[in-house]
Amino acid sequence: MLPVEGESGRDSTPASEVATNLRRTTEDPVWARRLIIGIAIGFLGVFLIIPLGMVFAQALDKGIGLYFASITNPEALEAIKLTLLTAAIAVPLNLVFGLAASWAITRFEFRGKNLLTTLIDLPFAVSPVISGLIFVLMFGTQGWFGDWLVAHNIRIIFAVPGIVLATIFVTFPFVARELIPVMEAVGTDEELAAITLGANGWQTFLRITLPRVKWGLLYGVIICNARAMGEFGAVSVVSGHIRGLTNTMPLYVEILYNDYAFTASFAVASLLTALALLTLIAKRVIGGKVEHARLPFGEAAEREAA
Amino acid sequence: MAGTMKAKRRVLPGFGLTMGYTLVYLSLIALIPLSTILLKTAGMGWEHFWHVVLSPRVIAAYRLSIGASLIAALVNSIFGFLVAWALTRYEFVGKGGLDALVDLPFALPTSVAGITLTSIYAQNGLIGRLFVPLGIKIAFAPLGVVVALTFIGLPFVVRTVQPVLQNLEAELEEAAAMLGASRLQTFQRVIGPALLPAAITGFALAFARALGEYGSVVFISGNMPMRTEVVPLLIMTKLEEFDYQSATAIALVMLIISFTMLFGINLLQRWSASRHVAG
Repeated sequence: MLPVEGESGRDSTPASEVATNLRRTTEDPVWARRLIIGIAIGFLGVFLIIPLGMVFAQALDKGIGLYFASITNPEALEAIKLTLLTAAIAVPLNLVFGLAASWAITRFEFRGKNLLTTLIDLPFAVSPVISGLIFVLMFGTQGWFGDWLVAHNIRIIFAVPGIVLATIFVTFPFVARELIPVMEAVGTDEELAAITLGANGWQTFLRITLPRVKWGLLYGVIICNARAMGEFGAVSVVSGHIRGLTNTMPLYVEILYNDYAFTASFAVASLLTALALLTLIAKRVIGGKVEHARLPFGEAAEREAA
Repeated sequence: MAGTMKAKRRVLPGFGLTMGYTLVYLSLIALIPLSTILLKTAGMGWEHFWHVVLSPRVIAAYRLSIGASLIAALVNSIFGFLVAWALTRYEFVGKGGLDALVDLPFALPTSVAGITLTSIYAQNGLIGRLFVPLGIKIAFAPLGVVVALTFIGLPFVVRTVQPVLQNLEAELEEAAAMLGASRLQTFQRVIGPALLPAAITGFALAFARALGEYGSVVFISGNMPMRTEVVPLLIMTKLEEFDYQSATAIALVMLIISFTMLFGINLLQRWSASRHVAG
């Protein structure tokens, strides 16, 4: 490769002249560079930075006292509790699913593998409203199991189980999707060696596979958790909006807003925004490690040396 | 190759367990619940089905949803491309932070996005008030729907184009320059074609996401039937009226459109992957 990025003056051969000429033709002119950077910052500023600032500005609009009152009143605390509970159920279940699915898909050859991989992406193609609707059609009073549930006095729709189910549906792809490429990249050589040396399946998984895919796994869990805590549309359909009972934080934000309690609404929203920012930071920190793990050995070592 | 695959199947344990668990979980959580849409619609008869899904209010909602999603995806394609270009090719202050922030619309709950965008683009809002003298109404008008859908789809084009741009070999551009191509020609003949599949994939993903979006739109649109009512909101309205059959019929049409898109995106990604390897 020609020393395009190299410092000039290191050699005075015509090669450096060629490099300068090349730089001129493989780099954009200064005006274009400035224009593109300007447009990019302007676009992200309008669509990301202004909204981000607006959430906190509105939340603190009426002072810090009202802010804390808004996020510590009993209804808000119930919403926070329900959001945590929902994530605490949905994320571990989807974690186990992600492990099972990625093991099956990356460690074995079978017919219909592409179909299975596509099916895991299903929730991305389904509108959040429809993700809620399908559970209403199953468990609502007019639904498949409606009569049976009423007879046994079990509530799923307009109650916590419905919220958990809808959340699980919306978030089940995330761990699997992150794990599949990592497991693929890590390969099976060491696992096969462990099995050959007499380890059983669980030992191999816990001691060989898990340590090597842990960052990818964590990455998937963090994204899954963010979506589980933040899901709005699907949960809105199945919740019934019963205050203090079936309101998660994103739903509580809506209720307060529709009641014209703007400051309180933005106060709760600011907590969710802080969670989103934490997720982005974690993504960035862990993302680097995942990419590192995905690279083949030689390349990873090379990058480390660089 | 086939030999090692067979050996893999014999040696590594857990196929039955993990495959069984995956299929049972997928069926219980996704496939059986989704089949309710088909079965519920099947029970309503063709005539009723067409009557519902072709009623003027539903048609108006499809038109708005598809139109606004297309515009938003187009806006995101143009600006997303420039953002990806700036983030991979140039150095500037705050680049790392902006790069991380691109994923904000993925991570932010849609209701938070909805109330925030509404407060910014309302007629007394930070940006909304700038457009009042021009006679342009953003929030509570179709334009507001476009703004919300642009926000929601923002990460897609950036995140599909960025890795391709990063992996594009500098040698290709150098070769083009050595052979006498101008910067513009290099872009048109070398860089552009390499990025096109990724850009189209990003466009399709942003469009598909926008089509189903509910949370961020419901606040900013004003929800006027025939004017600013998107399809997911219409489904919600039918549900609140306990008209489950109509809600399901409209949902089925949406699902068919979305699944067709998902299938198309998959083909596109395979095509772009094969191009990438070949190139």
